[in-house]
Amino acid sequence: MPAPSLSFENVSKSYGAVHALADVTLSVDSGECLALVGESGSGKTTLLRCINRLVDPDGGMVRIDGRDASALDVIELRRSIGYVPQEGGLLPHWRVSRNVGLVPWLRGAPDAPLRAEEALELVGLPTATFGERWPDELSGGQRHRVAVARALAGGQSLMLLDEPFGALDAITRHDLQRMVAELRARRPLTIVIVTHDIHEAMFLADRVGVLHAGKLEQVATPAVLGAEPATPYVAHLLARAELLRS
Amino acid sequence: MKFGSAVVLLLAAAVVVAILPGAAPADTAAMRPERARPVVIASKPFGESYLLAEMFAQLLESEGIEVQRRPGLGATTVAFDALRSGAVDAYPEYTGTGLLAILHEEPRGDAQRVFAEVQKQFTERYGLRWLPPLGFENGYAISVRAETAQRYHLATLSDLATVAPRLSAGLSPDFIQRADGLPGLSRAYGLRFQSVRPLDQALKYRALASGAVDVVDGYSTDGLIARYDFTVLRDDLHFFPPYQAAALVGARLLRDDPRAVAVLTRLSGMLNDSTMRVLNERVESEHQPIARVARDALHDLHLGGVRNDSATAADASSGAGRSTFLAYLWGRRASLAAQTLRHVELVGVSLLAGILLALPLALTLERASRAAEPTLRVLGLLETIPSIAILAFMIPLFGVGFWPAVVALWLYSLYPIARNTYTGVRDADPAAVHAARALGMTPMQVLRYVRTPLAAPSIMAGIRTAAVINVGTATLAAFIGAGGLGEPIATGLALADTRLILSGALPAALLALIVDAVLAQVERWTTPAPLRHRTAR
Repeated sequence: MPAPSLSFENVSKSYGAVHALADVTLSVDSGECLALVGESGSGKTTLLRCINRLVDPDGGMVRIDGRDASALDVIELRRSIGYVPQEGGLLPHWRVSRNVGLVPWLRGAPDAPLRAEEALELVGLPTATFGERWPDELSGGQRHRVAVARALAGGQSLMLLDEPFGALDAITRHDLQRMVAELRARRPLTIVIVTHDIHEAMFLADRVGVLHAGKLEQVATPAVLGAEPATPYVAHLLARAELLRS
Repeated sequence: MKFGSAVVLLLAAAVVVAILPGAAPADTAAMRPERARPVVIASKPFGESYLLAEMFAQLLESEGIEVQRRPGLGATTVAFDALRSGAVDAYPEYTGTGLLAILHEEPRGDAQRVFAEVQKQFTERYGLRWLPPLGFENGYAISVRAETAQRYHLATLSDLATVAPRLSAGLSPDFIQRADGLPGLSRAYGLRFQSVRPLDQALKYRALASGAVDVVDGYSTDGLIARYDFTVLRDDLHFFPPYQAAALVGARLLRDDPRAVAVLTRLSGMLNDSTMRVLNERVESEHQPIARVARDALHDLHLGGVRNDSATAADASSGAGRSTFLAYLWGRRASLAAQTLRHVELVGVSLLAGILLALPLALTLERASRAAEPTLRVLGLLETIPSIAILAFMIPLFGVGFWPAVVALWLYSLYPIARNTYTGVRDADPAAVHAARALGMTPMQVLRYVRTPLAAPSIMAGIRTAAVINVGTATLAAFIGAGGLGEPIATGLALADTRLILSGALPAALLALIVDAVLAQVERWTTPAPLRHRTAR
């Protein structure tokens, strides 16, 4: 089964007087990896969370494989979408295997432990070594691998990464980015990743969407984005990243 | 589910199932007046009242009438409410108290007129009857130290009024409040003390002896007045009404058991002031067992020298000689064991009931957060009601004894459990809660599998707090006849018997430590392992 496609149609969201999202229209193809970049408060996380309805838009529509997300059962929807939060968000009172098997277990799948084992292998953590550990017995990088495994153990082919690796050191972060790239090679996956790290976006994504104050400034491949920034803000953002790199 | 509330509930249930059979039968009699039951004889918490009640009880037993003793009920209101509600059949009361504190009428006339008045009104209003007076009066007695009396030349209350602004008074809370107490006395004599401190009935004589206060109230037949050689000031304006002692008898006994009433009436007119002072002296100063003093008194009155085998709270004061405290405790082991068991029952049943309500309530509040703070604030308000007041409120509703005390303790246990549970689930690891929600747990699943287990240490902290508070508060339950380790404390206070007080207070303190330690172990079982490590590290 191919990975789902996504589309945002005139999606808006306000918190009081603050327009977190203003009329965002954007689509993600099946199997594509889209990165959303922007500063804090740009609306990138809000847009991501509209997909699994952690946020319900005030206006517009999110479609998953053409179906209106707001018409789907929210619990079923969330169980069908892999989600990796910023700090990993492992349940501290569950062992690694149980954490990873969460979604199959919620669905009542009898093979939840097996699915957990497969998912752990996928992220390079052998169950024999790590399955019975508590989350606080893992390194930061291992915890994030477990979180990714948990997002995929239910057979999800749409994965949302919510500023996933921001808290890690540069080397570990790079390992995890390579792991995500390899995952895409091994199974059909549509990925939306929110990051404030332009380099991460450029490395992982097929296309990059730049958000600024709730508005979508530009969506383009990394090459096009670097060559032809559509707005002064995009140019500014890229220039600053260049400066930071040197 | 291995963790969390389920385990807490199961353990608590197991504890209570284990103790409930012992708890239930003892008091169902008080709840179901229609069944044949022993005659319930109560007293108020001071020596003479204990003694008279014990004499009532032994006299009835000598005629083969079964008796249940409820010594040391709170104060006048508690004992009277218990009589009115039918939870108690008879207790010794004083006509003046009936007139002023219960009927709220002005004092009038001599002893005969007051007796006739209370007799008439109690029959009409409450269906209760005063048996003919026992024969002595025990009016209020305002006492000072002998040296104070000498220094200021005090003989009467009028003399006292002239120097009162230089003196501090220690008065029983009862006396400070009631119409025939301090307010009326102040008006009649123009009394203004430098300070007025509420002091327990028994403590105040010690306070007077030690110089902590200069003036105390008491009763004219108090044995301790003689023991400390205090000077009783004469009521020269005849402010205090006559306080003739008599048995006050409840409606059920009058209706169903005329023989018991007739037996009690045999004591009428048999006692006088000097007899009572001697008897009180034996009880209060010499710490002789009340059962023995009562037996001797009945014997001297040719009303039978009854053997009394049943253990009573009064018996607890058997301060035999000068043995060591440990030997003393050993001598009391049977009643101590029974009282400790009863104490555990009080705490266990009320705590379980508290968990059964507060835990689900707090979890519900997590789902309905707008109602949370108002609800918790109401529960918190319950904590501010003084224990003895909340216990007294229970009597019209539930009578006296075990169950009203359980209800009161249950009310006290709600707030710590609900507050800690609510705070615990509300503040449970936000990252874990967020992830669980995002991956498709329903709100109930989040509550059950994430918030509640993560809140386990906080929930257990609430339960431990409630348990320790209840162990302490349960000692006050003795004032409404619930028994427990408060019984020796209350009796000991009333009789100024330090060893008796300690024989209740020390086991109660020990019990609090044990209960806390046991619940600490339960906390270890219910807390998920990694959270446990985190606190241990």
